[in-house]
Amino acid sequence: MTIDSPVRPNLARDSWNVLTREMKPVLRDPFSLIFSLLQPLVFLGLFAPLLIGGSGEPAGETLRWFVPGILVMLVLFGTGATGSNLQYEMSTGSHERTLVAPLARSSLLIGRALKEVAPIVIQALLIVIIALPFGFAIDPAGLLIGLVLLAVFGVGLGSLSYTLALAAKDREWLFWGVQQTLIFPLMILSGMLLPLDQGPEWMRVVASVNPVNWIVQAERALLSGDLANMTVVWGWLSGLAVAVVGLTVGMRAMRRSN
Amino acid sequence: MTHEPIIETEGLSKVFTVKKVPIAAVSDLTFTAARGELVAFLGPNGAGKSTSLRMLTTLIPPTSGTARVVGHDIGRDPAGVRAHIGYVGQLTSGSFAQRVRDELLSQGRFYGMSRPDSIRRADELIESLDLGGFATRTVQQLSGGQKRRLDIALGLMHAPPLLFLDEPSTGLDPQSRANLWDHILELRRQHGTTVFLTTHYLEEADRYAERVMVMDKGRIIADDDAANLKATLAGDVLTFGFADLELATRAREVLHRLTRTEIAQDGDSLALSAQDGDRLLPVIVRELDAAGIPVRSATGVPPTLDDVFLALTGRTLREAGEGAVPDAEPAPSTTTEPLTSQKTGAL
Repeated sequence: MTIDSPVRPNLARDSWNVLTREMKPVLRDPFSLIFSLLQPLVFLGLFAPLLIGGSGEPAGETLRWFVPGILVMLVLFGTGATGSNLQYEMSTGSHERTLVAPLARSSLLIGRALKEVAPIVIQALLIVIIALPFGFAIDPAGLLIGLVLLAVFGVGLGSLSYTLALAAKDREWLFWGVQQTLIFPLMILSGMLLPLDQGPEWMRVVASVNPVNWIVQAERALLSGDLANMTVVWGWLSGLAVAVVGLTVGMRAMRRSN
Repeated sequence: MTHEPIIETEGLSKVFTVKKVPIAAVSDLTFTAARGELVAFLGPNGAGKSTSLRMLTTLIPPTSGTARVVGHDIGRDPAGVRAHIGYVGQLTSGSFAQRVRDELLSQGRFYGMSRPDSIRRADELIESLDLGGFATRTVQQLSGGQKRRLDIALGLMHAPPLLFLDEPSTGLDPQSRANLWDHILELRRQHGTTVFLTTHYLEEADRYAERVMVMDKGRIIADDDAANLKATLAGDVLTFGFADLELATRAREVLHRLTRTEIAQDGDSLALSAQDGDRLLPVIVRELDAAGIPVRSATGVPPTLDDVFLALTGRTLREAGEGAVPDAEPAPSTTTEPLTSQKTGAL
């Protein structure tokens, strides 16, 4: 009674299946979701008052600048950790099993990265609600486009994280060492939490080639409803570039890893 | 299609480069396996068993050579191969944070099964592999034997015509091992699945496999059923004890006349290796009696696959696995194994 299933890899279906599998433990154990919702609240609650106090501008204006940065930061740290989960799966046979399954290789990268992006959608909605009473009304269309941009960027960054995990193999310290060394400069040089306007010239030069910087700026424009702003185009180009590079490098690493 | 071998390899080889030195892990692997066979790759650690399996399951590309698995070329159509095989690796297949039933359902979706089909099949396997008691537990909460049964269930989820098992029972206690084998044999009986496994457990290959391919240093050095391998490569070992050295020496003449094989003498005891040893034993005792030589003790020990391996390579499986013996130099004959070592030359 052999079911001779002539299944063929299909990127969209496989990515969806990988994503839903990855989501199962999260949904089974909602505590992790609750904590992930607390994270942006901590940043909003502890960081925003300092910025509001320091800038002397109305709270709504400061949040308009600050909230998009928080969303990008959540993606940066969430998808940047994708590889860590993978390292755990590689130390067992779980990752190997997915490699023998008839899945499109890139679906493993995309599905895993999207799993890190998924909670961010819920976090974003929470932030929207909190920002409202402070006078920052987020543009719904801009938010939608902004979240898709974050997903594209997240897939690219997640793939790079995945690649790093494949290269580091079972050396967890190496993964985290490299990851932290890269992620903090990327964050600080994007002006997501502290403005770079008053920084030295060299920092602004480096920031101008930092794709994260462009994504932060695009998100600021999008969430404010300024959809036609040129920075949105730059943000999308940066996000797509990260995705293309990430997937290319990730696929190659996966082919070589065995 | 049904008469085509389910596995067909031609000169499959894998060379790894370790610190710029090429190391041949598998050399010129050429064999066919028919549908429904239960085949075991037997060999010490590092013999190339897992590497062979990883090539056949498309996990690594061969350096040279070709293979068709369930009608699909491993190089040209790896996706076609993957869709038609089940693979149970050496380590736990389930993700530790996932629940048992969830993993089975996800696996079904990975193989393109519909949701109702996945549910039906998952429940079927939960039932037949005794996973019912912990289907909603996470993988990390399972015992070693339970994890292994889940691995098998995951490998069988899409009812593949061919199941690869890489050292399925390593690390299990004897009871779990026997239990696991009951499941494998039962599933095979029901579905006619071709089972291809690697093992370094002799008794496992001996007891369950219909066909044993002995692997050493990346090559297949023997390929037959266990009984034939033992009969042709390593006969029964018969030992006889006598009251003193003089009687033993006299008996040696008689034994040599009867069997025409090498007789090893160790003081007052004699040993020889012979096929059909169980029938030969009483004949020898009667002949010695007739010649006025009383036999004080007589034992006949059937050969093991370890004897086969020793006969083929001059090393025991354990020695080979530990790499205790330098490659060029076969193990020197010890007093307990003189006969089988001598048989090596007779091959």
